[in-house]
Amino acid sequence: MGKRKVVPFGPQHPVLPEPIHLDLVMEDEKILEAVPNIGFVHRGLEGLIEKKDFNELIYIAERTCGICSYQHGMGYTETLEQIMGVEIPDRAKFLRSTWSELGRLHSHLLWLGLLADGFGFESLFYECWRIREKILDLHELTVGARLIFSVNKVGGVLRDITPEMQKTILETLDVVEEEVKNIQKTFLYDYSVQSRLKGIGVLSLQQVHDLGCAGPFARASGLNLDMRKLGYDAYPYIDFEPIISTDGDCFARCDVRTREIFQSIDIIRQIFAKMPEGDIAVPVKGMPNGEATVRIEQPRGEAVYYVKGNGKKLLDRMRIRTPTFANLPGLLETMKGADLSDVPLLILSIDPCISCTER
Amino acid sequence: MGKVKNSPWLLHYDGSSCNGCDIEVLATLTPLYDAERFGIENTGDPMQADILLITGGINTQNQEVVRQLYNQMPRPKVVVAVGVCACTGGVFKDCYNVLGGADSTIPVDIYVPGCAARPQAIIDGIVKAVELFQKRSDRHDRYEIEQKEGGNANG
Amino acid sequence: MAEVIHPEDELRVIDWNLLLETAMEMKNAGLRLSQACVSYVAGKYELVYSFVNDETYKLTNVKVIMETTDWIPSICAFYPYALFYENEMKELYGVDVRMMEGTDLNNKLYRIRETTPLLPKEKK
Repeated sequence: MGKRKVVPFGPQHPVLPEPIHLDLVMEDEKILEAVPNIGFVHRGLEGLIEKKDFNELIYIAERTCGICSYQHGMGYTETLEQIMGVEIPDRAKFLRSTWSELGRLHSHLLWLGLLADGFGFESLFYECWRIREKILDLHELTVGARLIFSVNKVGGVLRDITPEMQKTILETLDVVEEEVKNIQKTFLYDYSVQSRLKGIGVLSLQQVHDLGCAGPFARASGLNLDMRKLGYDAYPYIDFEPIISTDGDCFARCDVRTREIFQSIDIIRQIFAKMPEGDIAVPVKGMPNGEATVRIEQPRGEAVYYVKGNGKKLLDRMRIRTPTFANLPGLLETMKGADLSDVPLLILSIDPCISCTER
Repeated sequence: MGKVKNSPWLLHYDGSSCNGCDIEVLATLTPLYDAERFGIENTGDPMQADILLITGGINTQNQEVVRQLYNQMPRPKVVVAVGVCACTGGVFKDCYNVLGGADSTIPVDIYVPGCAARPQAIIDGIVKAVELFQKRSDRHDRYEIEQKEGGNANG
Repeated sequence: MAEVIHPEDELRVIDWNLLLETAMEMKNAGLRLSQACVSYVAGKYELVYSFVNDETYKLTNVKVIMETTDWIPSICAFYPYALFYENEMKELYGVDVRMMEGTDLNNKLYRIRETTPLLPKEKK
């Protein structure tokens, strides 16, 4: 029987992009349990409902997180539209789905790069981020900004994607697809990558269901759950199936996210082939009165938005439940019995977005 | 920029930021924008770093952490506040948990605005930080030489 | 057209003493707790628990309206990961949640300096 000791991990660590603190209770190189200590990124932005009206809150909701920023703004706006009974034009729905899928592409490429940096493969990290810059150029072409673009409003969107832009986007996506196929070979078949990722952090289907996990983290263990099947925006017109794997370890999560990159490129091609003509916004009058709950599929999983209004400019409640909040219990479960040197990879495999969690 | 004699190393810490400026700081170090051509390397160890890049505002939990990181860096050092949240608190200035920008806790030398700050602006800030670090390093060397000669004269 | 599943959402308003029974019913039906939040409306707390069926994607919102002086039992016996939501309710709004053996973090989830910051000033 070895001695027990507690090793503090974080909040500043070379491999962590964001501050989180874990106290690891260890016995001889194996971790018994991990006690989290969060709160370093807590800004308390849900308290701003007392000072800013429901239109200005779109800008606040977008800045909850810089990586999934577009989906936060879109989810909040769709909840307001459901409360106020506004039906947006079809072209606006297709445009929102385009930016959603571009956001999913850039988020997964970012994650692949950070994972490669996590197990020490720096040149692969630089390669993934170089490919990602092409997607950010597409953002700049259509909206004007790289990460945070305020292009949603209640009633539609503010900018259009013209046919010339669509041609440029499709050509760039062809190039991106070829390059991602090349790096996919390294992630899936390279011996040193496999020895770091296979068999680490295994969760079974029953565990994932009992812990309430969501997103690619849960789909890698076999749970068939994708909120895009609910049919919001342009998804009723698109053919796709959720991507599932059954192994449940870090390698399966990497595999699921890589295949989702190809699926997103295919979905954008279908969207451009079927995009209708028409307006991009409708005029809206009045204040929100009532409550609504909307679920959308962010790159990290299922996000739930709950908004309650009472007919005045200031809302009663705005609540964002982000996917990392739901995946945290799953992370603490994978730490039991792991080695100390696998801890950074386990934290990165849930795709943590701590600023989303703590808002 | 004048002659640069040493390669300063960088430490990047995120204090309550939304991650937009952090991603842009990491993108500045990748081959497309390539701040590493100035000899800079992103280290994770505060005791080996010369320039500190802070993103995001200061809140009650990370005030002590930022102060400790600043004290652990050896002199001479330069602090750069990246993004409008680190300069003044940004959009979240009125929130109950945000105390302000980075200059509420540590002395800041260079401010890079933007939401999220673009990589071109971050490179501009880093170049100014490298020049400032060079000046402080020269002054520190001259001070040490004076101390040694003063000590030899007295001793 | 692709296949789309969009069932109707359901909203149930119950009394606080039926909360544990409803949580047990949801757990036996195999539903997952998606989120739990609290709002302060017209001098009372409104708690909303969202349960989701993963096969039919149906969302059931369970709402409990209570006075600020009442207490509410914890549902951690059926859903262990509800501790994060309940500690957040306690810390930010001051809801009195009882029967939290072993899962009460004593207002140290976010470790903020102000107590119950999201309640309006005249109520504190």
